Amino acid sequence: MKYLVQKGGWLILLLLCVAFPLVSSNDYQLYVMSLAFIWAIAASGLNLVTGFTGQLNLAHGGFMAIGAYTLGVLTVDYGVPFWIAFLLSGAVSAFIGYFVGIVSLRLKEHYFAIFTLCVGFILYLLIEKWEALTHGTSGVIGVPAPPPIGPVSFESAISQYYLVLFLLVVSLFLMHRIVTSLLGRTFIAIRNSEELAEALGINLMRNKVLSFVLSTFFAGIAGGMFAGFVRFIGPDIAHVMHTFDMITFMLVGGIGTLLGPIVGTLLVTWLTQSLQFLQDFRMIVFGPLLVLLVIFFPHGLVGSYKIWQVKRAAKRAAEAQQAGTPIQSKSRIETNASGEGVGEEARSNA
Amino acid sequence: MSSIDLFFQQILNGLTLGSVYGLVALGLTLVYGILHVPNFSHGALYMVGAFVAFFLIVDLGINYWVAMIGAAAVVAILGVLSERLVFTPLRHAPPIHDKIAAIGVLLFLEAVIMAIWGAEFRRMPAPYTEMLSIGNVAAPAQRWLIIAGALLLMAALHLFLKKTIAGSTISALAQNREGASLVGIDASRVAMLTFAISGALAAVAAVLFAPINLVYPAMGHLVIMKAFVIIILGGMGSVPGAILGGMIIGFAESFGAFYISTDYKDIIAFVLLVVILSFRPNGLFTQGER
Repeated sequence: MKYLVQKGGWLILLLLCVAFPLVSSNDYQLYVMSLAFIWAIAASGLNLVTGFTGQLNLAHGGFMAIGAYTLGVLTVDYGVPFWIAFLLSGAVSAFIGYFVGIVSLRLKEHYFAIFTLCVGFILYLLIEKWEALTHGTSGVIGVPAPPPIGPVSFESAISQYYLVLFLLVVSLFLMHRIVTSLLGRTFIAIRNSEELAEALGINLMRNKVLSFVLSTFFAGIAGGMFAGFVRFIGPDIAHVMHTFDMITFMLVGGIGTLLGPIVGTLLVTWLTQSLQFLQDFRMIVFGPLLVLLVIFFPHGLVGSYKIWQVKRAAKRAAEAQQAGTPIQSKSRIETNASGEGVGEEARSNA
Repeated sequence: MSSIDLFFQQILNGLTLGSVYGLVALGLTLVYGILHVPNFSHGALYMVGAFVAFFLIVDLGINYWVAMIGAAAVVAILGVLSERLVFTPLRHAPPIHDKIAAIGVLLFLEAVIMAIWGAEFRRMPAPYTEMLSIGNVAAPAQRWLIIAGALLLMAALHLFLKKTIAGSTISALAQNREGASLVGIDASRVAMLTFAISGALAAVAAVLFAPINLVYPAMGHLVIMKAFVIIILGGMGSVPGAILGGMIIGFAESFGAFYISTDYKDIIAFVLLVVILSFRPNGLFTQGER
């Protein structure tokens, strides 16, 4: 029962997502929602390396593009079966991510951010100029849709929606396993202080590269699904603007929380949809929003909620302590606070 | 043209590009020296400078040089505003936050310009259209203007930083924030001054370069990224490093475009960065500390 209560937010969100096709009035809404799920997968990958490990990777959109182009080029030009190409899209992205990681992660903070910004731009220019492989600016047209697996086919908008949702759930489950494992704690330790983590015997380079490779794998998978879902890819997908979009998603929802990027992606996507009349000018709203968020609301929705939870628990514990039952409740807060990355950050900020 | 003339032509091209990149990188490196923020919005300031000048010259018919001063003033004010409204509140935030905020400023400025002028490419009329040749090298007057203007500005900036009190407060703050505060330097005034200079430099670079290039909302993207490459090469916060780095990238690009491939000329700077940082993670001219 306690487990259910703790995971209540997740269950409600999952139920809402499963029920969404029943209440949505048209295929367009399903399309927008499915696309948002794909972005959410990529954004949660970015969150692993940026939110949990503290490395601002500005090439993330480029890795998503690698995934998309792997699937697009393999299926269209080389006739590779869709699902094999799909798995390869994650693998190729992670493979390239490994080599980018071992070079770029030798650099710290600003140097790393600027370096990855440049890597992202190299990827973008390569995709645009390398016509023999990527079809240049005309893009890859006619990417096949996901073919049926056994009796399940993905032709209708609803079935594609559930396919993407399934992928998101699997990704999140994997992400949950990573973040709550010792590995995840290691990443958080690196984010909080590299010096301290190193003093504790954590191999910085190895773990940072691992986090980077994992995040590029998620980006690649998201890119592959994107290609199979939208059926057309152009160099634009590698543009750094998409990385900035994902940063916005992550910040709105809460950087360094599991649920944050998902909530942020869904919220911002629907906000953008309802601001459709703004189109290219949506950044007039989102640019200042990003700045205001970072200044006044740096933990995002989920992060702020968690901090509120931790504070409330602490307050209750303090009251309980006065009432005379100190030890048990105190230990409860401590596990609560260290169990969540944000709780720790709240403490170090306070 | 003989091959030696072509060679000199490439040198001229390299100098032109290097001058523009150097000016942009100077502003970036000054701000980095003071605040330790990689100001991702610097490219947007460069772009806004070009658009303001374009508006003044084409729509209001104002003289090129007056327009340049106008653009520099507007962008300097924008720079100061961004420092006050965005970077000051984030001084003590975790390191990722100010970078993200800078990106927010960049997106905002670009969207505003798009909203006002649209996304199409525009051409700014050159103030002097004749060809000017020095020795065997003939080039449009604008190119000579860029080189002369940039060198002049760099010299002026050098004198300002070394010989005036206001200038040395910038250097002092960059060297040691606490020490500078101890001797009575007002950190926030210096930060504002630095942002103003940095913005003005970006605007002047844009106005110099715009007549032989195009004016469009995304024009800052490549320039700012190359400027980042330059200040990493030259050491972040180093003024001579920015000028030298600018020249290196300018020459690499002009010779690369001519002798290797025009298609990939924009990649050269980034590949150079990747190669150099792979062997020297601290940049070319830095010694030990980061």
